[in-house]
Amino acid sequence: MAESSTAIRINGLQVSYGTGRHRTRIIHEASFDVGVGESVGIIGETGSGKSTIARAVVGLVPAQAGTVRIGDEEVSAFGARQWRDFRRRGAVQYVFQDPLRALDADLTIGDSLAEPLRLQRRLSKEQIRDRIDFRLEQVRLPQDLLVRFPGELSGGQRQRVLLARALATEPRVLILDEPVSALDAANRVSVLEILNDLRAAGTSLVFISHDLGSVAGVTDRIVVLYRGEVVEVGRTADIVNDPQHPYTRLLVGSAPSLHTGAIDREERARLRRVLDAG
Amino acid sequence: MTIEIEGIEIEGIEIARAAEATAAEAESILRLEDVRIAHRHTGEELVRGVSFDLRPGRVVGIVGESGSGKTLTCRAILGILPRLFHISGGRVELFGRDIAGLSARDWEQLRGVSITAVFQDPGSYLNPSLRVGPQIAEALRVRGGLRRREAKRRTIELLDDVRLRDPELIYRSYPHELSGGMLQRVLIASAISLEPRILIADEVTTALDVTVQAEILDLLTDLTQQHDLALIVVSHDLAVIAQTCDDVLVLRQGEVVEQGEAKSILFAPQHEYTRLLIDEHNTYGLDRFREPAGVHHG
Repeated sequence: MAESSTAIRINGLQVSYGTGRHRTRIIHEASFDVGVGESVGIIGETGSGKSTIARAVVGLVPAQAGTVRIGDEEVSAFGARQWRDFRRRGAVQYVFQDPLRALDADLTIGDSLAEPLRLQRRLSKEQIRDRIDFRLEQVRLPQDLLVRFPGELSGGQRQRVLLARALATEPRVLILDEPVSALDAANRVSVLEILNDLRAAGTSLVFISHDLGSVAGVTDRIVVLYRGEVVEVGRTADIVNDPQHPYTRLLVGSAPSLHTGAIDREERARLRRVLDAG
Repeated sequence: MTIEIEGIEIEGIEIARAAEATAAEAESILRLEDVRIAHRHTGEELVRGVSFDLRPGRVVGIVGESGSGKTLTCRAILGILPRLFHISGGRVELFGRDIAGLSARDWEQLRGVSITAVFQDPGSYLNPSLRVGPQIAEALRVRGGLRRREAKRRTIELLDDVRLRDPELIYRSYPHELSGGMLQRVLIASAISLEPRILIADEVTTALDVTVQAEILDLLTDLTQQHDLALIVVSHDLAVIAQTCDDVLVLRQGEVVEQGEAKSILFAPQHEYTRLLIDEHNTYGLDRFREPAGVHHG
């Protein structure tokens, strides 16, 4: 079978939560691709539905309409058993926001890292150890961390452990939900550098964040979500330099910058009125 | 000034001189001189030597990460340090008075009136079981001496001033019915309700979406320009500070590693930590797509 050139293809995706009268549509319409080896950012404000898209991609919430394809497989049509097999292969990994709760407090870092590989039953003990050593080095963590517990690590170290664990199964696609929001400057830079290394190594990335700044630093293209709809998709440089949709323009004009922003206060106020009216 | 009567002439000049002197002093309404804050029992100093001047209509920014001592510094200025901490060195002069000499009663008259503060988590500063409007109106009645009806009218005006749409509806809302950005605006309305001369904004936009953050920062900037409010903006984000402040202090692990005019710090950072903060924006932020102002590429 020929390898598909798209890592993820989302077409006409709709997602709702709740049932009957209480049903609320979170994603009205989302269509976009992530190419193999491409890094795509999804940005939007709180409640825009950006995490929901990621959850739909990995099967944590069902798609109400539309399709999600990962590589050559239409995962949106999967049943529970197919999902379990698919996840076990570890071709897609999802790193959540909260680095403290995402690690089992009772497992050493070494056990946490080995767990997904042991579940696969494909590799020997030595192979697993080699794989972990390699990933640990990749996320710039020292070997002596392996015998420690999550509680003994800093937030930045925990976030890098999560990255190493996600990488252990050699995923083709890595989905990261706000991976640097909770970190201080030095750790933020370090994680962003690691993500750039991964891009260079050919891993497809989906980077979800409310922070246009950090997304802009490590992506080729950006998908802008506003109130459950994809309002703009474009090359990162174009989104930053020449945003089209009023929301994207407001977002770019609101992002804190060391230099004078792209738009002034009056223009921001005008865009807010446009969006409120729409 | 034309002076015709001798007696008044001298008096007039003296008054003018006195006023001039007060003006020069009144220039700075808050002055920190080498302020140190230590743990009472261990003696460990968590803030080691913070100095700055704040004048009406000016904005001082303090940038630093959690644990840098920025919030302790703010609390020291407000006279609300946690019990285990104290000012172990230096002095804070507020409206020309050393705060070491302020009584509880003095503080009561200053805090919340002439100097107010807004912090990061807006939800925790409002009573969840009361509607938000009356909480502000109450302060206007008790501390501002307004009658019930005036207090309500003034509160709605304030909610409108902080650009909350439909201020009458907001007045009647409970805290849980409002978004984080709306609550933060309610708190700012409350903080400026008694027309303070100094407002401390400690990570007020950290939990908010960038578009809302920009709106709040725009609002604070308007207040300094229109009402001569003196502002202290505290943030972990150098860009937030860069956009709002005249002067900047970069705080790291209790020490001021760099201090000066915002422009000079951004374009000629001296300390490696400041350079890291700037590099992050230039390498990984939006600034990598923008031409750095003041830097010319040959």
